[in-house]
Formats: sequence, structure tokens, C-alpha cells
Amino acid sequence: MKEIVVISGKGGTGKTSITAALTYVGRGEILAADCDVDAADMHLLLAPDFGKPTDFYSGVIAKIDTEACISCGKCKAVCRFDAISIIDDKYVVSPLDCEGCGYCARVCPRDAITTPEQNVGQWFISTTRLQNQLVHARLGIGTENSGKLVAKVKAEARSLAIEKDIPYVLVDGSPGIGCPVISSLSGADYVVLVTEPTVSGLHDMRRVHQLLKQFNLPCGCVINKADLNPEFSRKIEGFLQDENIDLLARMPYHPDFTEAITQGKTIVELDGSELPEKIEILWNTIKSKLEE
Amino acid sequence: MKIAIASGKGGTGKTTLSTNLAAYIAQTHPVVLADLDVEEPNSGLFLSGSPIATEDKFKMVPSWDAEKCIHCGNCQKVCNFNAIISLPKIVMVFEKLCHSCYACAELCPAKALTMVPEKIGTLKAYKQGNLHFVESRLDIGQEMAVPLIGQTESWLNDHFPDALLLLDSPPGTSCPVIEATKDVDFVILVTEPTPFGLHDLTLAVETMTTLKKEFGVVINRHRETGDIVEQYCEQNDIPVLACIADSRLVAELYSQGKMMYKSVPDMQQALDNIIRFLHLPGGRQ
Repeated sequence: MKEIVVISGKGGTGKTSITAALTYVGRGEILAADCDVDAADMHLLLAPDFGKPTDFYSGVIAKIDTEACISCGKCKAVCRFDAISIIDDKYVVSPLDCEGCGYCARVCPRDAITTPEQNVGQWFISTTRLQNQLVHARLGIGTENSGKLVAKVKAEARSLAIEKDIPYVLVDGSPGIGCPVISSLSGADYVVLVTEPTVSGLHDMRRVHQLLKQFNLPCGCVINKADLNPEFSRKIEGFLQDENIDLLARMPYHPDFTEAITQGKTIVELDGSELPEKIEILWNTIKSKLEE
Repeated sequence: MKIAIASGKGGTGKTTLSTNLAAYIAQTHPVVLADLDVEEPNSGLFLSGSPIATEDKFKMVPSWDAEKCIHCGNCQKVCNFNAIISLPKIVMVFEKLCHSCYACAELCPAKALTMVPEKIGTLKAYKQGNLHFVESRLDIGQEMAVPLIGQTESWLNDHFPDALLLLDSPPGTSCPVIEATKDVDFVILVTEPTPFGLHDLTLAVETMTTLKKEFGVVINRHRETGDIVEQYCEQNDIPVLACIADSRLVAELYSQGKMMYKSVPDMQQALDNIIRFLHLPGGRQ
């Protein structure tokens, strides 16, 4: 089983549209995983059945039992996150500020502070309308630990692929370079960078590529909206050459990207454009890179 | 006054709106724009100015003193983040996982752990005319954006206590967005009228409601008829501050890193609407 992770650095480059389209053309051999748990959108195109929902618990938040509290102030004194305040003469924890380090509970002389595990979201093993499987998640509002939820989604996807003998796991990663992205990259066999020929697209891809270099991961690049700014497309191609990154495909700036999302379809299901063929070739190119 | 420009989904036009609004107001009035999308800060690509400050930013992590350590294992026991492992002969610290709570160091009976700074990113500030621009970027390989966002906000509070502050926030709905928006007076949510945009907007609305923030929506790539975001806002009594029409020209100007309010009348109109709605200085009166 091989794992391919699609990331972009910058949001809105077409990462999810392309991942969903690849899932469509390779539906007989791909198990998809949506690791953009912060803003998971794959389900809008693949219509999964939200099967087998499982609550995900990770991290803790401190809770003060005001009955047992003797207002000694030790918890407030050790908290580095200003998460404990005095309201109406009572010590209380602000859940949004609490990091879950549990230091306060350890110093409380009356054991008045508990640190219950937090339900930070749900994950699902679904069957999509294409009859392939999708592992995806829904992160709770304002919660931490999205990196851990990403790790969970990936682990479930991998073990399901092995169990069902599915050759490829295709992961829709998250934007940025922080913990959810780092988490989605662990164990990847190949990384697909989706970028666009804009000043931000190039800037963000450079940063995310530096991250890939730290992990020593092989990668290739899809330039989406390539004709939007031909000069910048050439700049990106120059960067790819200098860094020895495979140029996997150039996709056009095409209204079908928006149209497909609006219809709840993937871009390869709309007739009359060059997109289906390009995605088909892209999928075969990615597979051949994995053979190298 | 502090205003955050945020969005559930990335790539909807947060940075375009932030930079154009800041530059437009700065034609006549002082304003500060801060890019808090520290993982991928882009505002600086659209603005220029003379540098006025550069500061490295740090978080505190434990450093182990082998001579003092009595190998009791307490440090590992008290760390909720698996950032410290006590092996029979050595103690290993995983700095990237550390949340700087100080528990391991302060609860060490042998005082074998001291907290030392580790660099996580750099803050830079620029000035051009009425516009101050502040940007923080997270070092590659650092996992946690929140401490850098928090420190940048403290820096802004110290340096610009009474200014009109625009904060270009990170995308999403998890901890970085909460950190960037929790102290602001108003949140502008930028979205686009696609099912992706609408879905992520509903998450952002839920987040801002949880935070008890006042917010409004700006629809980018607006459609004249059947705009699903417009319908959603109407049904949920969410104010739509402005709409910016879908156009290839806007996408092309953005691709070149150019400002839009001068050449796209729609953009200027949108900025005027926002300025009027929030009673901000500047704009066409």
C-alpha cells in the first residue's frame, strides 16, 4: 500500500477539487482520507454516508470544583496561560485559554481540580457515492489537537487499506505548515503540491517545500490556473527545476472548478472540457512516480 | 478598534481584503495591518514600506542538566504533551511538542530542568505613510502557531495601544483562529458563494458565535443571481457588509501581487461599504 498526500501551503488553490477528481478516476484502487479536518470539504463532492461515527477524545481541560476549592490561589499562580480567573470570588477556568497542561491540578492542595479528556470531534469510515471508502473527520469548534485527529484519520485509512487490500491511500492535507500539516505528512510515500501562479502561491509553496525537505519526502507539483499568469507559471516551473521537483501537470483556470463544486460533482464528471483527460494522465503520472 | 479579517476556508480573499482595506484607509488616516497567518503570511507580498523593527520570537522549553538529575521520572509524569521522556540514564526533550507550561522544570525535585528560549519565528514591522504593517512568520518545522500569534498581539498592544488595527487571521476554525480573534471588537468573515465556501462559513459563524464575537460577511466572487451565501446570511440575520463580483481581472491582479481598489471600482465600493458599516475613518464620504 502506498500513501499519497496532497497539500498546498496556501488555501484555495484547488487542492480538494483535484484530490476528489483523482479519487474519481482511481476509484477502484483508491481509499481517500480527508485530513483537512479544520475545513473538511471532500464530503461535499463525494457524498459519503457518514458511516461508523466515532467520538475522538484528545487532550484535557482543567475544571475547578468550587465546593472543594479553598481559594488558595496556587493554581492561578502556576498557570502560564492566564486561563484561571476569579469571578464572583470563585476560581474558574476559561476553557478557551486552558492549554490542558494539568499543572494547576498537580499543585492544588485539595485535589479540587480535575482534568477530563476533551471530545474534540468525530471521525467516520464512510462509503462514498463512488462506492469507495473515505475516512474523514469533523473537528469540534475552536478545539486543539487537530494534528492528533489528522494522525487518527491517517492511521485508520492505512489499516483499512491494508485490510481490504486497496493499493493507494490518497490524503487531502491541510493548508499551512504547522501541526496538522506535519501530522498529515508522516508516513507519506509521495507528496503532491498543488499551487497557483500567483505571488502568494509561489511564496507558500516555497515554505511548504522547505518543510518537505526537512522530512526528505519525494514530491511533485500541479500548477493549477496555469494560464492565469503565464509569467508566474514560468517562474514556478523554474523553481521546480532548480529544486528537482517533478512537474506533474498544468491545469487551466477553468470555470468547471466552481461549476463542479456547485453541482456537488468532481471536475471530471462534467462534459466538454479537457479536465477529465488531464486528471486521468495526472493519476497515471503519480502512479508511475511511485514505481520509480 | 481591532478588526479581524478571517475565513473558514483558505483562499477566499482574506489577504486581498485586508491589504486593500488597509491601504485604502491609509490614503487619509493612520492604520495598522498585522498578518497573523504566521504559517503562510502573504500580506507583505502586496505592500511595501521601510523596515522599522525586527524581533526574533521565542518560546520557553526545558533544558536538562545531567549532573543535577536524580532520574526520578517526575518530569515525564507531569508532561501532558509527551514532550519529555525520562529514560534510565538520560532525559530527552522534544522541544517542538512543548507548550511551555513550566510544570516539568518547576516540579523537578532536583532542579535539573531550566527553561530556556527556543526561537519559533520572527516579527517584522514596516511603515509607509499612514500605514504600519506588522508580520510574523513561523520558522519552518515549528508546529505551534499559537504562541507566535499571541506574542505578536502583545507586541501590537504595546506599540499601538489606541490604533485602528486590522488583523489578517489564519484560516480554519481551530486554535490559531481563536488566538487571533479572541480579543477583537469585530470579525469580518470573507467567503465565496460555492458549497465549499458556504460550508466553511457556517463553521466560522459557529466559531464566532461560540466566542461571542460580533461579525459580518464579505462575499467575494459574488454572483448576481442565486448566491447561496447571500441567501444563508439573509436566513440567519447575518449582515453582509459588501460583495465583490467574480472576475478574471481580479484574479489576474492578485496573481501579480497588485492592489485592486484603484483599478477595480467594485473593490473600492466594497471597501467604502465596510468603512461605512464599521464607522471607520477614510473612504469616500
